[in-house]
Amino acid sequence: MIPSIPQSARSRLLRTAYLALFFLFLLLPLTVVVIFAFNDAPYPLPPWRGFTLDWFFAQGDRIGLFHDEEMLASLWQSTRIALWVTALSLLVGTCNAFLLERCRFRGQRLLSLAMLLPLVIPGVILGISILAFMSRLAQFADDTWGVELEFLRPGLPLIVLGQFSYIVSIATLTIAARLKRFDTALEEAALNLGASRWAIFRTIILPYLRPALFGAGAIAFLLSFENFNTTYMLTGSDAPLTVLMYGRMKEGATPVLNAVSLMLMLFSALLAGIVYRRKPD
Amino acid sequence: MRPANRLLLWLLLAPAVLWLGLLIVLPHLEILMLSLRQRVAPHEYAFSLQQYATFFDEPLYWHTFARTALISLLATLLTLLLAFPVAWHIAKVARGRSKALMLALLLLPFWASEMVRTLGWVILLRGSGVIPQWLFHLGLTAEPVELLYNDASILLGLVYSSLLFMLIPLVNALETLDDSLVEAAYDLGGSRVNILRQIILSHAAPGIAAGSVMVFMLTLGNYLTPVLLGGKNSMWFTEQIYTQFITRFNWEQGAAFALLLLVLSTLMVWVGLKLTGQGFGETLRRT
Repeated sequence: MIPSIPQSARSRLLRTAYLALFFLFLLLPLTVVVIFAFNDAPYPLPPWRGFTLDWFFAQGDRIGLFHDEEMLASLWQSTRIALWVTALSLLVGTCNAFLLERCRFRGQRLLSLAMLLPLVIPGVILGISILAFMSRLAQFADDTWGVELEFLRPGLPLIVLGQFSYIVSIATLTIAARLKRFDTALEEAALNLGASRWAIFRTIILPYLRPALFGAGAIAFLLSFENFNTTYMLTGSDAPLTVLMYGRMKEGATPVLNAVSLMLMLFSALLAGIVYRRKPD
Repeated sequence: MRPANRLLLWLLLAPAVLWLGLLIVLPHLEILMLSLRQRVAPHEYAFSLQQYATFFDEPLYWHTFARTALISLLATLLTLLLAFPVAWHIAKVARGRSKALMLALLLLPFWASEMVRTLGWVILLRGSGVIPQWLFHLGLTAEPVELLYNDASILLGLVYSSLLFMLIPLVNALETLDDSLVEAAYDLGGSRVNILRQIILSHAAPGIAAGSVMVFMLTLGNYLTPVLLGGKNSMWFTEQIYTQFITRFNWEQGAAFALLLLVLSTLMVWVGLKLTGQGFGETLRRT
């Protein structure tokens, strides 16, 4: 109940206990992941055998994260994918935002609903449907023109397209929400003063949208980096990080996975920090 | 409309149409077509409903399907029950710094990837992991018990992964509830149960609907958590889809499964929104 309503000491105690347990539950898994990244044992399991940085730096019997070629390659692969997805999502998301907020045409309402659709399709299905459709296109190109379109087979371009297909919906929502609150009087004033459409876009609208672009970009990058469901269906020979981690976890986890996880958490925290500090409202 | 504006409209429309056409609509039509055919000879296909017939004939398949739906429903319910008191506290009781801290703590696990969270639960629950060892050392169990690879561990992982998607809409909905309504009801002698039912829950209904729909959908389509926390016993439907598509290369069967899952997911979203009288666009923008 709200504070202004009298409450027995017992129920207040119960609520505090519940909250404490809830947050313990929330933080426990992350805490053990961090702790066992530093355990001097070949598996990330108890008992505690002493502190070590081997799982980050070792190079010999144990291979630490920074010398694990396969892991580093997958990190790079994930980064490239995330950069592509972020760039594409921001570009198309901005176009979509203008389409929804600044244009009037028939079917606009329908289109704005259709843009939300990818968010309610399970990621696995997004992945396999794109896989199937692109394979058909590749097959068609092969049969009719005799050309092998490699980029339509599982690999980086398909992963980018698969992730983009739903992340752009989120980018669109974020950017459109900010564009909606833009005061068009500013634009009219600039027009009256003789500014060109392009100049207005560059010097007034784009700076105004910057926080939304920044936020949407960070979220797109993070969602792409962490995506598994869609990515797993579209991966070719070069596994991105999540797919590689999944494979290793099935084989039996080593503390290198904890080390990567710790780095991922630090990186996301950094990104989150930037986004929230820049958020004006 | 001026010609320049018309051109601009088409230029802005092009990316959206390409995106929705090439990555959403056509791929799903492809899945539909795949699911409605059967191989009669090498490279020769005929229209058939065989893929769907197989689904209903083979108990393994529809058992997995029903099980996935049921566990997802249960996970949604549990998430709602767990999250509601916390959402209430954040929206109505906590103030200032402590409120900001709680919101940040809530977000923390979700900025870490699903893989990291799952790894955490594996370390905690495995027979040789943290919790079984503790229980053993405290003398509560005669030997370390395996807490992983059962339905409870799957449910736990799913609820854990879903909490944020329930909490955010709930907090948003509860924050708009005027405190004086609750106070007035209390002053007029309303019982706590009645206040909860008639004022709080009815006001929070849109948030509950948005959160539940989101959680159910994400749970149904989840792959990582059930497979890693359930092991061989996971029997999750998305795993079946993956097996048909990638392992067995039986695209026709996999497509039928995918479509069935999509229909179930869409149906539940629709029912959820109808029950609470919410619009689709509204609800999604809320989350």
